[in-house]
Order: sequence, then structure tokens, then C-alpha cells
Amino acid sequence: MKKTAIKTAKRRVASAVFIKDLRIEARSRVVTNQVLPFAGLIMVMFAFALDNDDVLQRVAGGLIWLATIFSLFIIVQRSFAIDTSDSALDSLRVAGIDLSAVFFGKAVALTLQLIALDVVLIGAAFLLYQIQVSALGVVLLVTCVVCATTGLGFVGTLYGGLTAGTNGRETLLPLLLLPVVAPVLIAATRATEAALGSSGAEISEGWAWVGLLTIFAAVFGVGGSLAFGPLIDE
Amino acid sequence: MTVEKVLEFSDVVIVYDNFPAVAGATFSVNAGEIVLLQGANGAGKTTLLRACAGLLPIARGSANVLGCDLRLDRLAVRSRVGLLGHANGLFQDLTVLENMLFWSRLVGATRNDVDQAMDAMGLSGRLSETQVAKLSAGQRRRCALASLIVRRAQLWLLDEPHAGLDAQGRDELDRTLRAARDAGATVIFASHEIERASALATRSLIVTSGTVKQA
Repeated sequence: MKKTAIKTAKRRVASAVFIKDLRIEARSRVVTNQVLPFAGLIMVMFAFALDNDDVLQRVAGGLIWLATIFSLFIIVQRSFAIDTSDSALDSLRVAGIDLSAVFFGKAVALTLQLIALDVVLIGAAFLLYQIQVSALGVVLLVTCVVCATTGLGFVGTLYGGLTAGTNGRETLLPLLLLPVVAPVLIAATRATEAALGSSGAEISEGWAWVGLLTIFAAVFGVGGSLAFGPLIDE
Repeated sequence: MTVEKVLEFSDVVIVYDNFPAVAGATFSVNAGEIVLLQGANGAGKTTLLRACAGLLPIARGSANVLGCDLRLDRLAVRSRVGLLGHANGLFQDLTVLENMLFWSRLVGATRNDVDQAMDAMGLSGRLSETQVAKLSAGQRRRCALASLIVRRAQLWLLDEPHAGLDAQGRDELDRTLRAARDAGATVIFASHEIERASALATRSLIVTSGTVKQA
């Protein structure tokens, strides 16, 4: 009975935080008006810099995920800046709210924003780099996007919370987060290459990388839910 | 008739940054009181308020808040007290109503609780649909206090609640705190504005170098 009540309370807190984060984004439109153009510009600049269709098609997967990770830093910093600007995060801590539920609410909201971003980035890659994908490749690509963004959502929220109250968090977050998300960059790039058939990669080769992305998401989902509360409390 | 003790500190020592910010504080607060903490900057008022909210560990002595032993379980008390520091803890991009609904979802309060809290703080009507960023300092303070009502905080711990408010805002705040007391809450607040705060408080305590004396 008590376990059920705790679960219900956790779900309630997570959904409240999730709705709050998306509502603030819908109102401020930072992702649509700032992050999307920024990520789109990265894709265009690489197209200018490489200026070779063969090379662009080969590296398209990597460019999509690099743009996603750079955008992740902006979204995470913005999300925690909102929470700390009037000490709202501190209020949650003081009020004894279950911070692991706050972690899940924020991570799922971040994941959804990253998925929306990736849909646009992949669309841009099709337009700019003239890449093609088969029906089976689409299945792999969608699974890869879901698993990779979930992992990035968890790890981004954990490190966002870690750096939220620190001085120089704008530079500290990328410095801490980049090495940690390297496995996601590598695995998601390989899986995307397999989905797109870049560099002669087979679709079947991509699923092992998706497995790695799933393990990454699971590790940071569990680890983040355990560590987020104590990190914020400190 | 016995008076319920909401808070009891006995010879409490709180170490902050390797420094005993509170050194042997002994005092108690009864239910329904509005208690003023007076003292110079750095005397330990904020440390005491944060310790009462279960945010700082008690190094020595016994500390009991709302029946919870702070030395054994600091987390248990947090959901029952409301601490308001210099910041209001609100989301600036959300409206007053959205902020209140957010808190109500967190603690499982009803829409009726939200409406009552906003009514009590004079935040109903058009003001409820206004973004917090567009409110005056006094209105934001009232909004923050309304969130304490929604959270059903039994003990309100306020650090310099009058700071940043104009004369009208201060009057509103005083009325709000009296109304909260009448509704069953106990209030402990720190203030430098002795004249105004003394008129509001039912009792004053003086904090000097981490110790507490009756005024």
C-alpha cells in the first residue's frame, strides 16, 4: 500500500516537472527560435566546409549527432537556468520533493525536445547532403534516435543538475559532458551510418550499436535517478 | 491547557564551513506564534532558519521540529515546513496560476486548495493569468507565500520577507502573515526592520554570535 502511494507520488512529481518544462519551452520557444537555427547552421556550415557530396554522405551521421550534442548543451543550460534563476530548484529541494522523480520529469522533457530537434536535423541532412534510406534503414534510424536521445536526456539532466549551482557552468558543462557522451556520439554515428548505408555499412551492423545506446541510457537512467538527489542536495 | 510546541532547540550547535555559526542555541516556539529573529548580519539567523527547515546538520544538542528529531531524520520535516529566503522560488515564465498548479501537482493538492490559496493572497482574477516575470516584487512575494499555503506548510520560515517590498507590499505581507497565523500556521521570520517586525511578531528572539536570547 505504502509502495503504491510512493510510486503514485513519484509519477505525479515527474509528470508535473515534465509538463512544466515543456510549457516553459512552448512559451519561450528557445528550442525552435534559437537551438534549431543553431543546429541547422552547423549542418550548413559543414556542407560549405566539406563541399563534396560523397564526403558529406559518408559523414552525415556524425554531423547529425555532433549538431545534436552541441544543441544538448544549450538546452540543458537553459533548462537549469530557468530552475535556478529564482531558486526554484532550491525550493523543490527544501520542500522535500522526491528529486529522483524531478530527474525523470526533466530527462523525459529533454529527450522529447532532442527527438524533435533530430527529426529536423535528419530532414536537413536529406536536403543538404542528398542521403537516402531504405525502409529497414528507417526502422533502425528511428530506434537509434529514440535510444540515443534517451541516453543524452538522462546524462544531460544529471550533469545539468551537477553544474547548476556552480560558477562558470557555461564552460564547465561541455567540459564535463563531452567525454561522457563520446560513447553516444560513436554508437549513434555508426548506427546512423548503417541505417543510411554510408561507407558500405550494412543495416544489420547498426543494431549492435543500438544495443550499446540502450545500455548507456539504462545506466544513466538508473545512475541519474540515484545520484541526482544527493547532487542537488549538496 | 497545554500549548503545542512546534519547535524545540536545546543547546544546538550548527557548524557551517568549519565555523560554529550557531553555538548552543536554546529556544522553543509554540503553535500559532509569529516569532521574530533579530540580530546583526552574520549573527546566525539564516543558519538557524535553514537548520529549522532540515537543510543543515545539527552537530550537537537536541532539535525537534513538528515532532521530527532533526538529528535523526532531517528529510522528514522538509515536506511540512516552508522556507522562503531572499528568492521566491517561482518560475518566471509561468503564470501565477500555473506556478500554483505546479506546486499542487507536486504535493497532491486539489484545484480547490489552489483557488483558496490564491484568494487568501489576493491573487485571483486577472492577476492569476499574469506571468510571474511581469509581477511587482510584492505580488511575487504573495505568490511565493501562496505556494506555501498550497504546500500545506505548518511552519513558515521566512528570511527577510519585507526586503525589496514597497510600503504597500509590506502592509500586504503583514496582513498575509497574520492571516496565515489565524489559519493555523506558525511563523518564524528574520528581519532587520525592527519597528515593523516587532509590531507584527507575537514574540521576539535576539540572535547574537550564534546564541539565542529572549528579547
